Amino acid sequence: MEASASQRKIRVVVAKPGLDGHDRGAKIIARALRDAGMEVIYTGLHQTPEQIVATVVQEDADAVGISILSGAHMTLIPRIMELLAGEGIDDVVVTVGGTIPAEDIEELKRQGVAEVFTPGASTQDSVDFIRRAVGERRAPAVQGD
Amino acid sequence: MATEPRELPQRDALFTTVSGQPIKPLYTEEDLPESPADAIGLPGEYPFTRGVYASMYRGRLWTMRQFAGYGTAEESNARFRYLLDHGQTGLSTAFDMPSLMGHDSDHPRSEGEVGREGVAVDTLDDMETLFAGIPLDEVSVSMTINAPAAIMLAFYVVAAERRGIPPERLAGTIQTDILKEYIAQKEWCFPVDPAMRLVGDLIEWCSEHMPRWHPVSISGYHIREAGATAVQELAFTLKDGLTYVEQAVARGLDVDDFAPRLSFFFNAHIDLFEEVAKYRAARRIWARELRERFGARDERSLLMRFHTQTAGVSLTAQQPLNNIIRTTIEALAGVLGGTQSLHTNSYDEALALPTEEAVRVALRTQQIIAHESGVPNTVDPLGGAYFVEALTDEMERAAYEYFAKIDELGGMVEAVKRNFPQREIADAAFRFQQEVDSGQRLVVGVNAYQNPDDEPLEILRIDPALERKQMDRLASVRAARDAAGVEAALAALREQAARPAANLMPALLDCARAHATEGEIVGSHQDAFGTYAEAPVF
Repeated sequence: MEASASQRKIRVVVAKPGLDGHDRGAKIIARALRDAGMEVIYTGLHQTPEQIVATVVQEDADAVGISILSGAHMTLIPRIMELLAGEGIDDVVVTVGGTIPAEDIEELKRQGVAEVFTPGASTQDSVDFIRRAVGERRAPAVQGD
Repeated sequence: MATEPRELPQRDALFTTVSGQPIKPLYTEEDLPESPADAIGLPGEYPFTRGVYASMYRGRLWTMRQFAGYGTAEESNARFRYLLDHGQTGLSTAFDMPSLMGHDSDHPRSEGEVGREGVAVDTLDDMETLFAGIPLDEVSVSMTINAPAAIMLAFYVVAAERRGIPPERLAGTIQTDILKEYIAQKEWCFPVDPAMRLVGDLIEWCSEHMPRWHPVSISGYHIREAGATAVQELAFTLKDGLTYVEQAVARGLDVDDFAPRLSFFFNAHIDLFEEVAKYRAARRIWARELRERFGARDERSLLMRFHTQTAGVSLTAQQPLNNIIRTTIEALAGVLGGTQSLHTNSYDEALALPTEEAVRVALRTQQIIAHESGVPNTVDPLGGAYFVEALTDEMERAAYEYFAKIDELGGMVEAVKRNFPQREIADAAFRFQQEVDSGQRLVVGVNAYQNPDDEPLEILRIDPALERKQMDRLASVRAARDAAGVEAALAALREQAARPAANLMPALLDCARAHATEGEIVGSHQDAFGTYAEAPVF
């Protein structure tokens, strides 16, 4: 069981909560993760926290990358974290990308977000981070791909 | 291609525009169009390559129009007055995301988003507060809203009506460009076809009642921000515009009855000459298509007048003061390209909504170009430059190539439904990011010349209490209005919406007068129209 779980491709949900339509970043990240050999499920725009968590559950995702530029991150991301906890999910790597002020980053991390990528971050940083973090949460001996 | 220039020593760098267009080391007379007099011409004369007016900025400077809006109508009204007090000459309204999507501030989907990225407008009452004390018959007002454009225009017209100002005296613009929403900005309420009908209703109503109003601002800005190249911005925007013209003509309007009131909105990105060439090509294509294809006889129908905003996407969160320089170059591109109005972004906008200080610097940037740089002293100073003319021709050629592809798909509406422009833009955005990530393309402060110990900037925080305040405002409107009157107005709208031949503007004005909320009005449309969800592509 454990071996097959750690050998399978990393499954990432790229999620776009909020009412804004700024999907440039989400699409670029989705593509970069796919090009890096991961299985990527992109939710599309305007997703509620409930829809996003349902996708994470349904897709048995290893990670979820939340892209948000609507200014509502301190409302929507805590809700997502709460819903994930409600589903008993504590092993999914949650990352956030967007225009997030520094003090909000600290608070989001305190709530369990693994990393926050702000404007100017390279796609390779996100790819590397997700690969490493998922690797660590799977069998610690099996690193990398 | 013309003769290869002799081998010159070259730096190891990417000699392409920010859009990836290869640039030659040298342009000469050989790069000019075959008959320069016809292709370039004179400012104010067909094909208007050099500008839509003969005198351009010698006659009148561009309108300095800073886009603003946050919190409730009260906060935004104060920001508007601040801008007018500092010499701004027109207003431009940013709405919050719930307003753009047709949700009221008390809708569950609006939580956390009310007043965050623009002003919350739910009812006529908010619109009245937003423009309180501002002379609506003197100041031109632009409203950036699309799917619910007809609703917001109805709020605005009724707000003016209650102050005794009839619609024919209102000057301004409402964006209404729904095609680019599906393509790039992604704020929608209805499926494509009924949304297109609403655009037609608005154009038709304005052509009869609002002679000083621009019913559509055909926008490339958001297309570019989503990652499009300059050519894609040019081609998709003009094709959107031509599609609105086609539709209005098919509804029986005379092209000269509405085309003079169509206006455009372009991005000014960081690649100075590519941008200038884009604006020049756009004017030429628009004039030709309107004259040759649609048989416009009124010269004003041929004039592509446009607003420009500097590229938000070019700004960096790192070393934000550098953004003042980026914005200056971009503003210069807009001015050298002959823009009619201009918004300059504030240096802190990669981080948050701008502070008052940052907005003032942005406005001052325009004022320095206008009054100190000398650039507006002569009309189209770059006209005839080998490089600029060659690039203009190339942009035009490439735009027609896209037109042909879109026509093959059955036109722009069909192309949008098939995700064609969406996919092209996503591809271009990805290519650009790869260039930056690989270090081929340098962005100062991001992948080169970083400052490890950047001081954090003081940013504008939107008080979360404003959301509560707006919900209270809305609740008091709901409590004070005549509920039966609202129901009757909404029922009339539902009935009209189900009749495709009806123009919905009169019913929308009645809904506004009855203090129906935006969300209620959108909901009544949706009963007839349905909703929209995109098939995501990446």
